[in-house]
Amino acid sequence: MRLSDLILPVVIGGILFYGIIKKVDIYAAFIDGAMEGAKAALKIFPYILAVIFAINMFIHSGAEDFIVRILTPITNLLGFPPELLSLSIVKPLSGGGSLGVFQSILDNYGPDSYIGRSASVLMGSSETIFYTTAVYFGAVGIKNIRHTIKVGLIAHVGSIFAALMVCRFFM
Amino acid sequence: MKSVWIFLIGLGFIFSFANGKPETAANVLFFDLQQSVELIIKLIPVMAFWTGLMSIVEKSGILNKLAAVIKPAIRFLFKEVANNTKAVNAIIMTIAANILGIGNSATAFGLKAMHEMQLVNKDKSTANNAMCMFLIINVSSIQLIPLNVIKLRADAGASSPGDILVPTIIATTFSTAIAIIFAKYFERKEVK
Repeated sequence: MRLSDLILPVVIGGILFYGIIKKVDIYAAFIDGAMEGAKAALKIFPYILAVIFAINMFIHSGAEDFIVRILTPITNLLGFPPELLSLSIVKPLSGGGSLGVFQSILDNYGPDSYIGRSASVLMGSSETIFYTTAVYFGAVGIKNIRHTIKVGLIAHVGSIFAALMVCRFFM
Repeated sequence: MKSVWIFLIGLGFIFSFANGKPETAANVLFFDLQQSVELIIKLIPVMAFWTGLMSIVEKSGILNKLAAVIKPAIRFLFKEVANNTKAVNAIIMTIAANILGIGNSATAFGLKAMHEMQLVNKDKSTANNAMCMFLIINVSSIQLIPLNVIKLRADAGASSPGDILVPTIIATTFSTAIAIIFAKYFERKEVK
């Protein structure tokens, strides 16, 4: 048994138990909330659809390859490993896509190589920026998202930089 | 978001023709779009379950003490909703679910938090500072234990699959710090 297996039962049990102590009608409250949640989940479907269409068009048309190709000379100058470029571009776009790229890095370079380690750290320290932003804001009808994507991408560059540095100096 | 969407699709169309692959659109339409159904089918039960539990959380007030303890941080990051119990509860649960890495659950709480923040948002079509900060923190990745990465490393035969744990925590902390600093910077820049 692992510690992570204990988290869910403790959280769920704790919430239910505390509700009973506080004399909340936990069944009615649960049904009310779940009704809201199910409706909210259905409402985000069009946004998920829209973002999946755009991301897959971008990746499968070869646009992503092209951007990797034009960026490679620049990143080479900076001493950035070209093998990580594709992962760096796909990760903010697509969780599933980045898993594929990550797997091929592990297969080609091995999980214990510098490339394999920094790819692992990058996978764990970055997120699917576009999908999350589209769905979260779409769900509540926000159109002007201001600086969200910009800062998200800055932080993404930050995690790429951190992944490379940490793997170079600490491992 | 509209411009990002148009940008990705526009490049997609241009390159599908330039590369002699006009069938890309059809392939995406008939194969890749099915992912959206998978995602939503997986999301509905998890989301309904957690919002159900969240409504018990709200009625019992179990998070109130924790919310009071971290109030200064909440006020710094999410000023507009710092006194809104429902929004603060959902924000706490989103961040906790993200840190623990319980997959879809974070999305469930995240959407709930967005909903609560939108209720008190003055301009319904424009994100306020709290919403931007919330999204930015979420997309900077705050997951502490990347279980899926460790599993893939183990499958690939790593000598010690979990040795990336501490480096990942360092990188995640660094990127989240950058995210908060820049989010604050843009908040202030726009006021002027």
